[in-house]
Amino acid sequence: MPSPEQWTHPEPGEGPAAQAAQPSREQVIAGLRNTDAGGAEVTQLLTPEGERIASPQFDRYISDVDPEALRGLYRDMVLVRRADREANAMQRQGQLGIWVPLLGQEAAQVGSGRALKPQDMAFPSYREHGVAYTRGVDFKELLGIFRCTDHGGWDFQAHGFHPYTIVIGNQVLNAAGYAMGQKFEGKVGDDDGEATIVYFGDGATSQGDVHEGFVWAAVYDAPLVFFCQNNQWAISEPTERQSRLPLYQRARGYGFPGIRVDGNDVLACLAVTRWALEECRHGNGPVLIEAFTYRMDAHTTTDDPTRYRLSDELEVWKHKDPIERVRVHLARSGFADQAWFDQIQAEADAFAADLREFCFNMPEPPPERVFANVYAEPSPVLDAQRDEYLSYLAGFVEAGER
Amino acid sequence: MAAPVKSPVDGAVPAMQKLTIGKALNLGLRAAMEADDKVIVLGEDVGKLGGVFRITDGLQKDFGEQRVLDTPLAESGIIGTAVGLAVRGFRPVCEIQFEGFIFPGFDQISSQLAKLHYRTQGKVKVPVVVRVPFGGGIGAVEHHSESPESLFAHIPGLKVVSCSNPADAYWMIQQAIDCDDPVLFFEPKRLYHNGQLKSEVDTTTPPGPLFASRVVRQGTDCTLVAYGPSVKVCLDAAEAAAEEGRSLEVIDLRTISPLDLAPVFESVRRTGRLVAVSEASSESSITSEIAARVQQECFYSLEAPVLRATGFDTPYPPSKLEEHFLPDLDRVLHTVDRAMGW
Ligand SMILES: Cc1ncc(C[n+]2csc(CCOP(=O)(O)OP(=O)(O)O)c2C)c(N)n1
Repeated sequence: MPSPEQWTHPEPGEGPAAQAAQPSREQVIAGLRNTDAGGAEVTQLLTPEGERIASPQFDRYISDVDPEALRGLYRDMVLVRRADREANAMQRQGQLGIWVPLLGQEAAQVGSGRALKPQDMAFPSYREHGVAYTRGVDFKELLGIFRCTDHGGWDFQAHGFHPYTIVIGNQVLNAAGYAMGQKFEGKVGDDDGEATIVYFGDGATSQGDVHEGFVWAAVYDAPLVFFCQNNQWAISEPTERQSRLPLYQRARGYGFPGIRVDGNDVLACLAVTRWALEECRHGNGPVLIEAFTYRMDAHTTTDDPTRYRLSDELEVWKHKDPIERVRVHLARSGFADQAWFDQIQAEADAFAADLREFCFNMPEPPPERVFANVYAEPSPVLDAQRDEYLSYLAGFVEAGER
Repeated sequence: MAAPVKSPVDGAVPAMQKLTIGKALNLGLRAAMEADDKVIVLGEDVGKLGGVFRITDGLQKDFGEQRVLDTPLAESGIIGTAVGLAVRGFRPVCEIQFEGFIFPGFDQISSQLAKLHYRTQGKVKVPVVVRVPFGGGIGAVEHHSESPESLFAHIPGLKVVSCSNPADAYWMIQQAIDCDDPVLFFEPKRLYHNGQLKSEVDTTTPPGPLFASRVVRQGTDCTLVAYGPSVKVCLDAAEAAAEEGRSLEVIDLRTISPLDLAPVFESVRRTGRLVAVSEASSESSITSEIAARVQQECFYSLEAPVLRATGFDTPYPPSKLEEHFLPDLDRVLHTVDRAMGW
């Protein structure tokens, strides 16, 4: 089989005769799915077996990751996973309206999230609970969205973490605009420069907004890192429903670098994202990162993956678990012992218990919330609508109903 | 006027069946695909998954991947290619996963789908159906509960309909597919799998034409007009009102554009009162249009101004608050009380 490098860049002047050498559909799909550890396409620093691979290009971006920092990354991922599982369970118990699981994507999110500096801005989609955590957004603040009491109320400027976006791809253009603003204000050019990162899925790459985001960021040299978490599925649709070539290779067509990283390798995600952010900070952006990972749970709690997913696929990916490989690495290197792992697990359990208690006691929003904050400026018409509705409700209270 | 609906291949669908709205739509699509091999279904997850609401369940298995297309994730792409396919002679039926996600396709709908026939002086037909699950009451997160139908009704060149019961669901989807104009088909998602509405559907004879509203309950004191999910609310309200000795007439609009208001005028001339009900916000909406037209046509018959029970002029709230936003039975009856007390 020709390597993807060959088949995505045919020689000029190739005639129909050369078409025979074009890849078959199967080869195209194999190219999309090519994740061979250490292969030419994937940047990997820690194998699924927990072995550290040296990288002349990327090692320097994680030279500060000493055993303590590595334990920190492990702890982040364990806490995030535990909270995700708790939320998933709470949905099953009817405490949340819906949950969007991140199981399997902890390394992509924690690695890229920890690469950000305080001055940076992140634009998430709706699954980025792990990134939210690294930005200091309390997991509790996410729950309101899924308990359907609010649309997300955290202070996005303080955290450098924009509100969640459900409409696929919308946030990519918003992020491009934000990054253009950073550039226009002269906030790029050195190590202290600002950058923006935007998260989206493999399915999202088909949306016009995402393509337009690529164009805008490119022509204005916006300091924007496009972080595509390719978790192989867009609800029931596999990546080959979105593309004929590996997603990271699209960047070339827009005129900026694209790179594929092992999305289950927290060190590689950290290093590659730091590199990309540095490019942006210094005014060389944008960069597209394709984090090659896998959604190990349903798309959301309303989805039924048994209708479309092959179970052996899930089994294969379990062996590439992002947390397990760090655990093995820590243990083998003598950086952590069983007592420490137990302690982290206990901490994670406490984290989850706290979340559960918070969720159960979350107050119901009052009816006047329906009318609040529709406009930044006062709206007499809406005020009248609110007053009328509240007096209508008061009628029931007087009658002892509702 | 569109050609009469072709009957499905013998045996494809049993003559009488007890169906939910969801199942009726599924069988209606199936019948249309059986009857005409130019009918193709396209959208996100419509294949193996059968759509997130399972409305296209089993269609890809039986009709193949070239007639039931799992598309890339792009609504502009879905609508835009459907326009091209229609120009080529197909009859595409697009599924938009949730109404809140139709807007990336709005440009294609308003610029191409709605205008191509006019622009080509009738030389090009674009028989595209866009199916849109809409409305609230399902406890969902943002963008999953909206009612944007007025935005489409405002675009000349489009036809907009909504169904409220299984028989209409079964037949209207086929009639929409058979229509030579583009039809936006708004499906009341909270009623899809509502067992209460399950009813016998005669799959041999359509209950009437597509673009016609219908009196679904007769009454003498006040008329209620609604469409889609609000029809059930109005029928329940009429039932409750009857227990208190008040007689409400209920009209299911069915067609939103073109509006068929003749039965509404006729009814208002008898009852003297009209309450228009819809989940959509009230400003610049279909209920505004109804109010304007009814006061123009029935001015001397009206005993009270046309009143409305609608969603508020706010974005759809977090769903823990949707009971306040959605016009429910109590709010409808309260509005009727106001009309009666004028
Ligand atoms: C514009 C738009 N269309 C459809 C949807 C419904 N929808 C929600 S998530 C999803 C799949 C997204 O897949 P991908 O972009 O790969 O992200 P993932 O959820 O896998 O992280 C779809 C179709 C939506 N939210 N927005």
